[in-house]
Amino acid sequence: MKTFKLSIIVIFSSFIFGCATTQAPSYNYTEFRQSDPLSILVLPPINNTTEVVAPYSIMAQVIAPISESGFYTLPVALVEQTFRNNGLTVANDIHALPKEKLREIFGADAALYLDIREYGTSYVIISSDTVVSVSATLVDLQTGAVIWQKAASASSAETRSNQNSGGLIGMLVIAAINQIAETVTDAGFNIAAITSNRLLSKNSVDGLLAGPRAREYVAPLAEK
Amino acid sequence: MKLIVLFSAVIFVLAGCGATQPPPLYYYGDYPATVYQFFKSDEMTISEQIDEMKQVIEQSNNNDQRIAPGVHAHLGMLYFESGNPTEGEYHFMQEKRLFPESSHFIDFLLNQHKG
Repeated sequence: MKTFKLSIIVIFSSFIFGCATTQAPSYNYTEFRQSDPLSILVLPPINNTTEVVAPYSIMAQVIAPISESGFYTLPVALVEQTFRNNGLTVANDIHALPKEKLREIFGADAALYLDIREYGTSYVIISSDTVVSVSATLVDLQTGAVIWQKAASASSAETRSNQNSGGLIGMLVIAAINQIAETVTDAGFNIAAITSNRLLSKNSVDGLLAGPRAREYVAPLAEK
Repeated sequence: MKLIVLFSAVIFVLAGCGATQPPPLYYYGDYPATVYQFFKSDEMTISEQIDEMKQVIEQSNNNDQRIAPGVHAHLGMLYFESGNPTEGEYHFMQEKRLFPESSHFIDFLLNQHKG
């Protein structure tokens, strides 16, 4: 009987204390909640790297984490085409456009401004890592207010950390091989998926809130 | 017997903490990869990209999963690019039907194609 009671205690305490794996968010979501966007317009990212494909890769990889967080993601290729057809090919110019103009053309509730800080594979003597770092700002297109900000990074070194054996020469060989392999198979595109997920997913720490199409969406109180 | 009860309680708790990831909201398939190819524009022809996107829609139907936002709009754009406005318009309308949030932008695009 004692064991039975103990079992009950174990089960109930687990309900009370939870699984203790989720970090408490530190971001203040007050403005995000008030804004309560349904749709997100991803603007062509500003590229601070020498890698020409970086913005293409990031634009393609942010679709899933935004949509899975419960928002309508405007089709990124059509958005880019629309800017292009209007003579806007430089991301800096696009980021400087007035919010009303964006709202008028795209009808989106919020716009996501992305900045690519690092992208690609570099050979740095001991290891050749593919790193993708991006920072993001979400802006309410009606009020122009910044409602969310975050930066995230991912590296291929995270998944390869157990290979560093075989002495220095072994490491150098691995470094060279890794670089060739990661350049050919476009490791940047794969790492960009991890970065995008870490940056935006509603399940990530300080990520997007759950949007209207997510199961766990909580509607804001009717003061809007 | 007592031990088994305690044991199963502990396992119950641990199992609860483990997996239980909710299923994804949508099916994406190769949509992101095809968008990437479209931007790079030097490895795949437009008609290859159309086939790829048609497959994404077919697979989502087969898996009984909802198609991701933007898939129909993207396919519609590819059809317009390939000179097939009838199919293009059809997929734009599909996007609007599935995601009313897209209406404003899709109408803007349809007006541009008509103008």
